[in-house]
Amino acid sequence: MSIAAGRAPVLEVSDLNVTFGSGTDAVRAVRGVDYSIAPGEVLGIVGESGSGKSVTSLAVMGLLPDDARVSGSVRLHGQELIGRRDKEMTRLRGKAISMVFQDPLSALTPVYTVGDQIAEAVRIHQDVSRDKAARRAVELLDLVGIPSPEQRARAFPHEFSGGMRQRAMIAMAIANDPDVIICDEPTTALDVTIQAQVLEVLKTAQTETGAGIVMITHDLGVVAGFVDRVLVMYAGRPVEKGLVDDVYYRPRMPYTMGLLGSIPRLDTGDREPLVPIEGNPPSMSALPPGCPFEPRCPLSIPECEAGEPPLIPVPGEGHSAACIRTQTIENRGLTPRDVFKAGPAGAVARGDRAGRPTVLMVDRLVKHYPLMKGAVFKRRVGTVHAVDGVSFDIREGETLGLVGESGSGKTTTLMEILRLAPPQSGRVVVLGRDTAKLGRNDRMAIRRDMQVVFQDPLASLDPRLTVQDILAEPLTTHGLEVGSRVRELLGLVGLDASFASRYPQEFSGGQRQRIGIARALALEPRLIVLDEPVSALDVSIQAGVINLLESLKIRLGLSYLFVAHDLAVVRHIAERVAVMYLGWIAEIGAVRDVYDTPAHPYTQSLLSAIPLPDPRKERERRRILLEGDLPSPADPPRGCRFHTRCPKFKSLPEAQRALCVDQEPELRPLGGDQAAACHYAERLEVV
Amino acid sequence: MLKFLLRRLANYVLLVVIATSLAYLLAASTLDPRANYEGRSPRPPEAVVDARLSELNLNDKVPLIQRFGTWAGDVVTGDFGRTWEGNSVNQEITRRVGVTLRLLVLGVLLGSVLGVFAGAYAAVKQYGWFDHGATLVSFLILSIPTVVIAVLLQIAAVAFNEATGTRFFQYTGEYTPGLQGGLLTHLGDRLQHLVLPTLTLALSQIAVYSRYQRNMMLDVMNADFVRTARAKGLTRRAALVRHALRTALIPAVTYFAFTFGALLVGTTFTEKIYGWHGMGELLVNSIYSNDVNSVAAVSCFAAVAVLIAALLSDVLHAALDPRVRVG
Amino acid sequence: MGMPEEQLGEELIKEESAPRASSRGRLVARRFLRTKQGVTGLIVLALLFVLAFAGPALTDWSYTDKDFMSFLQPPSARHWFGTSQTGQDIYAVTLRGMQKSLIIGLLVAIISTAVAAIVGSFAGYFLGWTDRMLMWVVDLLLVLPSFLIIAIMSPLFRGGNWPLFVLMLAAFMWMVTSRIMRSMTISIKEREFIAAARFMGVSAPKIIFRHVIPNLASLLIVDATINVSAAILTETSLSYFGFGVQPPDVSLGTLIADGTRSATTAPWTFFFATGLLIITVLAVNLVGDGLRDAFDPTARRPGKARS
Repeated sequence: MSIAAGRAPVLEVSDLNVTFGSGTDAVRAVRGVDYSIAPGEVLGIVGESGSGKSVTSLAVMGLLPDDARVSGSVRLHGQELIGRRDKEMTRLRGKAISMVFQDPLSALTPVYTVGDQIAEAVRIHQDVSRDKAARRAVELLDLVGIPSPEQRARAFPHEFSGGMRQRAMIAMAIANDPDVIICDEPTTALDVTIQAQVLEVLKTAQTETGAGIVMITHDLGVVAGFVDRVLVMYAGRPVEKGLVDDVYYRPRMPYTMGLLGSIPRLDTGDREPLVPIEGNPPSMSALPPGCPFEPRCPLSIPECEAGEPPLIPVPGEGHSAACIRTQTIENRGLTPRDVFKAGPAGAVARGDRAGRPTVLMVDRLVKHYPLMKGAVFKRRVGTVHAVDGVSFDIREGETLGLVGESGSGKTTTLMEILRLAPPQSGRVVVLGRDTAKLGRNDRMAIRRDMQVVFQDPLASLDPRLTVQDILAEPLTTHGLEVGSRVRELLGLVGLDASFASRYPQEFSGGQRQRIGIARALALEPRLIVLDEPVSALDVSIQAGVINLLESLKIRLGLSYLFVAHDLAVVRHIAERVAVMYLGWIAEIGAVRDVYDTPAHPYTQSLLSAIPLPDPRKERERRRILLEGDLPSPADPPRGCRFHTRCPKFKSLPEAQRALCVDQEPELRPLGGDQAAACHYAERLEVV
Repeated sequence: MLKFLLRRLANYVLLVVIATSLAYLLAASTLDPRANYEGRSPRPPEAVVDARLSELNLNDKVPLIQRFGTWAGDVVTGDFGRTWEGNSVNQEITRRVGVTLRLLVLGVLLGSVLGVFAGAYAAVKQYGWFDHGATLVSFLILSIPTVVIAVLLQIAAVAFNEATGTRFFQYTGEYTPGLQGGLLTHLGDRLQHLVLPTLTLALSQIAVYSRYQRNMMLDVMNADFVRTARAKGLTRRAALVRHALRTALIPAVTYFAFTFGALLVGTTFTEKIYGWHGMGELLVNSIYSNDVNSVAAVSCFAAVAVLIAALLSDVLHAALDPRVRVG
Repeated sequence: MGMPEEQLGEELIKEESAPRASSRGRLVARRFLRTKQGVTGLIVLALLFVLAFAGPALTDWSYTDKDFMSFLQPPSARHWFGTSQTGQDIYAVTLRGMQKSLIIGLLVAIISTAVAAIVGSFAGYFLGWTDRMLMWVVDLLLVLPSFLIIAIMSPLFRGGNWPLFVLMLAAFMWMVTSRIMRSMTISIKEREFIAAARFMGVSAPKIIFRHVIPNLASLLIVDATINVSAAILTETSLSYFGFGVQPPDVSLGTLIADGTRSATTAPWTFFFATGLLIITVLAVNLVGDGLRDAFDPTARRPGKARS
């Protein structure tokens, strides 16, 4: 498996340190990073936010701000880069080493066309004419799979979709045939189906250039099938490294184990509880003297506080872990599940579904809104069919996962429900009350019973109010006594009562989300609408919040509408799932049925696009790749909305295709609790 | 697009109409042209004054609404009436518009261009001597009212002229009346007169723009796309000029519309103090002399100018920023 | 000046937990005190206030007195800043003018910022016809030549009626801020804590006063500060031409106007008033700049640590 063996490395990083600021404010963002990569090799650097993984790559590129102090060694083809003058680095950047950044919207200059920006990269390092560079830009866009590249080269970044922008970034990175490509979270901002496409493009780029690739990510799934070796970082330091199989199947550092155990997986059996890592990463300006993971580590012993452990070799080629307990883990054969305390087992609502009361019913809901164009010269250019006839219901004590990629209309659906106003068309019935027939007081009463938890835990809490005031606001609004309720609520979500006097900014992401959940519980609601409640959190934190939601549901008898783009998370929390595509539901049913044997081609490709944190399975998996981007909701395709990208449609004989083009499919029951809106629905196992 | 522009234009016309009418009504009810005649000696008989005022549509004994009707009827045909002395307001304005526009355009161009570059350079050399110096100077300039700048420049010019024994700086009027000589002499003379007023206007513009541009530039300098440009292999300088400055120009253009009103007022002061016979001077003089019709005409001019500036700023914004263009 | 968020915050908490000073407020204060320009400005401004309001007690001359023994005399032990053509003590008159200018500056800033905050946040929060109507008024006021309107009305400011002048100044100073306020309200409205309050059943005006305006307080405080200096500058210019503060009231503007005529022959009549004006405005601007730094410390720092 080791491609690198015997070949001279292109890039060698040793004992790299980066410090920002000085004195007591000094932040040691990177501490002693070592790695090397050979041509054609792929190295994954994995870590959560704040682990120093991106700073490492910027240090290699020489692109850190002036107040950063860098020490150690970075050698490219044996030549030292640290300490070189910026002018010399300029000649290497984009030519020998290039970089693909995370957020492709802000990473492209808004005022130049995409073609011009790629051509500029060509002309910096190659002495070619303007025309030739422009032609080369078109070739590169073609190479990264942008349709009609000639025409798209003249488009501006804002006219590109996220996936296309990332392709353009890759085109720019490979423009000068680099030896090393550093990819900094290249797919984090993208939907799964687009992520799968971009990963394919990266593979193409690698074969095209033969470059070594450094792939930085927080997602252990993304890199499992893509990289040769893995380096796990925590608090600015590498804590475990080795071949991908060694690290994934035989992790020896408890942090890596925790990380692997906390990922919600598509492939493990039903509703297995997740294993969260307690606590938060340490502050980089005040690191404890011992192992930085010690405060969160279930295996810690007093010796761990004595000093920071170095990387110790463990069995496996080049496998090492920075932990003094590796021997114990080795001897006892511990798995993540043994090391970390698992959360509660998933609760399945008991009893017959039909026999339980309906808490939310959505019937052929429609929401169209005008599409405006231009910021200065604003005018209406069309109608966005954001939600176009969506129907589902939620019974008491049940969780429905509403999943879809961006642009699928899931958030609009949720907002329409929360608005409690008459919909443009269709019906929304909350707790037995039709929203079209609500008076002022009725609406207020329903607001009490239906609460919401938002995605971004910082944005959802007013930074000017204390936790006390935040949690008291729903109570005072509904004329209730506050009393000791705030303390109770904090206890309910596992937070200390003393937190009440502090401000949201003083908390970590996971704690903030718990405060958000506590606020939603203040009025003892019956239904909670959750809008991507864990997608802004690191995986290790995410697991804890999912487990909390799970146990609250059981204890308080809640029903959840759980909106998410992450199907793996939904599998862990929901009993039923509805998959949305372009404003309509493609498939709906019990989680077990839909995940094990999806029947709609969209669900199938969606599930197959989700990476598994399992290198062997990943390498063997065959993906159903979707082509192109989501069509514009302002101009949805005729007939079946999915037919323009449908793999099934492409495999159909001409005669059968007509049905897909002409007629919009209705949701058809497929037996059991599963229905799909496809003329040719057929159950298939994809995970 | 055309329909949109027409709608916007209609709204602008409406705004101008309302603004001008309000100004007229306010001026007609507050100013007292009769006082101009009554102050004369010998004091003319009231009947004569009444007749004269009525002829000029300035008679306060005529109901306000009726005067407004007469005035509006004339304005619709493009006639702004007559000054209290009986001259045509239209002629007065035609003579003065060019003077004001020359000052305005020069002041704006000089001020914004120099300001933008000074600000951008200060941002690039953040905390360097230029940054500190530019900050200090612009803060100082922004703390001095335009009238005081104008007066101070005059005092300095007098001192300079006296010290050098020349008449290099001219500080009254826009040219020397009755000057003999060829085209070159006249041109030179006009330039000598132009320097100080233009400087008065431009100085505060430079100060305003350099502060604003500096902040905009600092915002953009750490943007991801500048980092991308450098990762491509552009030098810091090229990345800053081609990517950062170009993008940071967009807010500067929209800022123009906001600062234009203040600029107009500044022009008024400058004209009055340097004795330029422009619209600003007309405004101040017409208020002194209770000249209702001139006041209304100047306010119409000001309203139109502000709206043209807003339109210009929008058009420039669209030209610079592909994101706001209509696809 | 009154910081709305703290008052509101205190009103709304009917809790046993004692309301404490906002820790953010304290943080901003600490950061402000670390800015050189801010501290300098604040100290100078404080000294100027002391001078303007306590200074007149130091001299026997009042601003109404006339010394018929000395006309247009340079500064001396008898008249610290010299005397004017009519024998007024320039020191007494200048401090009197400064009092007026400072009061006008502060009042105009408070009124105009309050109007801007309310108009901008309501327009941005409700959008639709509320927005169209309010923004139309803003457009109209921007198009109306403010200088002209105030100048025309100047005869009405006579007889100690300067509060009307203050109102007029404020009336023409809030539009740009309210536009910024509007666009920031539109973006903050998208923030989830506003949505959370809305879905909780909190009424719109309550959301605006409890969540929107307090969260934009940094913009408003900085803007109010800048408006103080803008108001003083405008007041000066208008008064210079006789369109502002009317006799018998005096302000720095009227004094500068009086002094200009003799600026070269008797510089003391011009330079004391002008100098104090510039120092005042400069100090206010420095405080504003310091506040901006304190509110948004990231805006100027080169590059933040990323990961």
